[in-house]
Amino acid sequence: MEPIIHIENIHKHFGMVHALRGVSLDVHKGEVVVIIGPSGSGKSTLLRCINRLEEYDDGEIVVDNIPLDSAQNINTVRREIGMVFQSFNLFTHLTVMENLTLAQRVVRKRQKNESQKIALNLLAKVGISEKAQAYPVQLSGGQQQRVAIARALAMDPKIMLFDEPTSALDPEMIKEVLDVMLALTKEGMTMVVVSHEMGFAHAAANRMILMDEGQIIDEATPEKFFASSNERTKLFLSKVLHM
Amino acid sequence: MDGQPKLRPGGSKLTHIPGAGVIARVDPWWGLVILVAVLIVILVTAKADPFRNILLFVRHGIVITVFITAMAFMLTLLLGLIGGLGRLSRNRFIYGVATLYVEIVRGIPLLVQLIWWYFAFPVVIQTVGEWLNFSAMANYHANPIFTAIAAFTICYGAYMSEIYRAGIQSIPKGQMEAARSLGMTHFQSMRHVVLPQAFRVVLPPIGNEFIALLKDSSLVSVVAVADLTRRGREFMAVNFNPIEVWTMVALIYLVMTLFSARGVAWIEKKTHIEK
Ligand SMILES: Nc1ncnc2c1ncn2[C@@H]1O[C@H](COP(=O)(O)OP(=O)(O)OP(=O)(O)O)[C@@H](O)[C@H]1O
Ligand SMILES: [Mg+2]
Repeated sequence: MEPIIHIENIHKHFGMVHALRGVSLDVHKGEVVVIIGPSGSGKSTLLRCINRLEEYDDGEIVVDNIPLDSAQNINTVRREIGMVFQSFNLFTHLTVMENLTLAQRVVRKRQKNESQKIALNLLAKVGISEKAQAYPVQLSGGQQQRVAIARALAMDPKIMLFDEPTSALDPEMIKEVLDVMLALTKEGMTMVVVSHEMGFAHAAANRMILMDEGQIIDEATPEKFFASSNERTKLFLSKVLHM
Repeated sequence: MDGQPKLRPGGSKLTHIPGAGVIARVDPWWGLVILVAVLIVILVTAKADPFRNILLFVRHGIVITVFITAMAFMLTLLLGLIGGLGRLSRNRFIYGVATLYVEIVRGIPLLVQLIWWYFAFPVVIQTVGEWLNFSAMANYHANPIFTAIAAFTICYGAYMSEIYRAGIQSIPKGQMEAARSLGMTHFQSMRHVVLPQAFRVVLPPIGNEFIALLKDSSLVSVVAVADLTRRGREFMAVNFNPIEVWTMVALIYLVMTLFSARGVAWIEKKTHIEK
C-alpha cells in the first residue's frame, strides 16, 4: 500500500544549524507514529516540514500522493493535515465557536449554519460544548488545547500532527487532552505525535521513533522499542521515564 | 446559536468581566475638558467684546481645521497600512520602496514638506506639462486644502506605517502558523487573524497620532489655508489684541485635543482589559 506520508532524505538548515540530516519516513493510513528525542533533535522541524510551515533544502515529501512543490499543492496538502501546537495558538480575538468556523468558511467555503453544526458536534466530542461562546483567555490550558484539536478536526483532515500537545499543560490537565487523542486513534486517524508521554505512546502508538541530532536513530513497535538494545534509546528512555 | 448574546470582552456586554467596573466609573480627567469648555463659554458671555467676536470670526477656521485633520487621518490609516505591510514584505522591491518612503519622509520637517508640496510641486507639474505640451498640467494650480491634506497624509502615513509594522510584529508567529496550517492563504490569514489583532494593539498609538495631527494642522496657516490659526492671525491683524486672540485660539485647540485625548484613554483602557 502507498504510504499517506512519504518523506525521503530531507535536509534542513537554519543558517549554520543542520537541523535535519537526511530523514526518511513513511507513514501509512491509520498509523500512529510517536516521535521522541532530546531537545533540539529536530522533531518539531520534521513535523513542520510535513505541512510546509518550514521549507526544506533537499529531499522530497509526498502527502496523499501530492508532492509538496507548488504553492497550490501546499495549500491543498495543508487542508488535509491538521496541526496541533504546544502553545495551542487559538485565535485570541475570536470565540471558541469562531475559532472552529473561520477556516471552514474561508477555506472549505461552508455555509455559516453548516460550519456551526460541525463545530458544535466537535465541541461535544472534545467535551466543551458549554464554552462555545467563550474567548480563549477564559479557558484553561487543557480546554484550549481541546479546542485547538477540534479546530483542526473541523477541516476533516486525513492526518493529524501533534507537536508536544501536553508539554505546556499543568499535570492535572494532561489526561483530558490525551484522552481526546486516544479517542482519535480509535477512530483510525493517521497521527504523527511528538510527545514524551510514554503512557500514551504505549497505548496508542503503532510505531515509535527516536530522533537525535537531526536523524532517526531507532524505530520500532512500542513493545520492541521499550526493550530496545540500542544504547541511545535505552539512555533516552531512562531519562524520560524518570522525569 | 444566533439568538445568544455574544460575550465579547470589550464589547457592549462588558459588565461580567472582572475589572470592567473601571470603565463604568467616569474618568476624572473629563473634568478638565469641561473646565476648558466652560472657560470658553464664560469668556464669550462675560466679555463678548472681543471674545464672542473672535469666536464668530474663527468659527469657519475650526471647521477647516477639523476637516483637514479628519480627512488626512482617514487617508493616513489606509496609507499607513499599505506602508506597514510593505515594510514587512518579503519582496525586496516592495520592502525597499516602503523603507525609502518612510526614511525620506521622517527625515524632513513637516513644515518644509508642506511648503514643498504647496510651492515647489506645482512648478514641477507645470514644467513637465509645458515640456509635454499638455495644457491641463501646464496650468496646474495647487488647491490649498487638497494640497494640505495630501501633504499631511504622506507625512503621517510614514509614521503610521511604523506603528502598523510594530503592531503586526507584536502578534505571535503562532497565530499566522495556525491559520496557515488550517489551509488559509497568507492573505486570508492576514485579513482574518493577524490584522484584527494587530489593529487592537495599534489603536492607542494611532489615537495619539490623531492628536498630533490635529495640532500640526495649524502649520497649514503658512500656506494660505484659512484654518483656525490663520483666522486668528487675520483677526489680530485688524484688531491688534494678541492676548485675547491667541488665548482664545489656544483654548479652542486645547478643548479639541483634551477631548481627543480622553477618547484615546478610553480606547486604551478598553484594549487593556481585553488582554
Ligand atoms: N526558526 C529557527 N531558526 C533557527 N534555528 C532553529 C529554528 N527552529 C529550530 N531551530 C534549530 O533547529 C534545531 C532543531 O530544532 P527543533 O525545534 O526541531 O527541535 P525539537 O526536537 O523540536 O526540540 P524541542 O524538544 O526543544 O522542541 C535546533 O538546534 C534549533 O535550535
Ligand atoms: Mg519542538
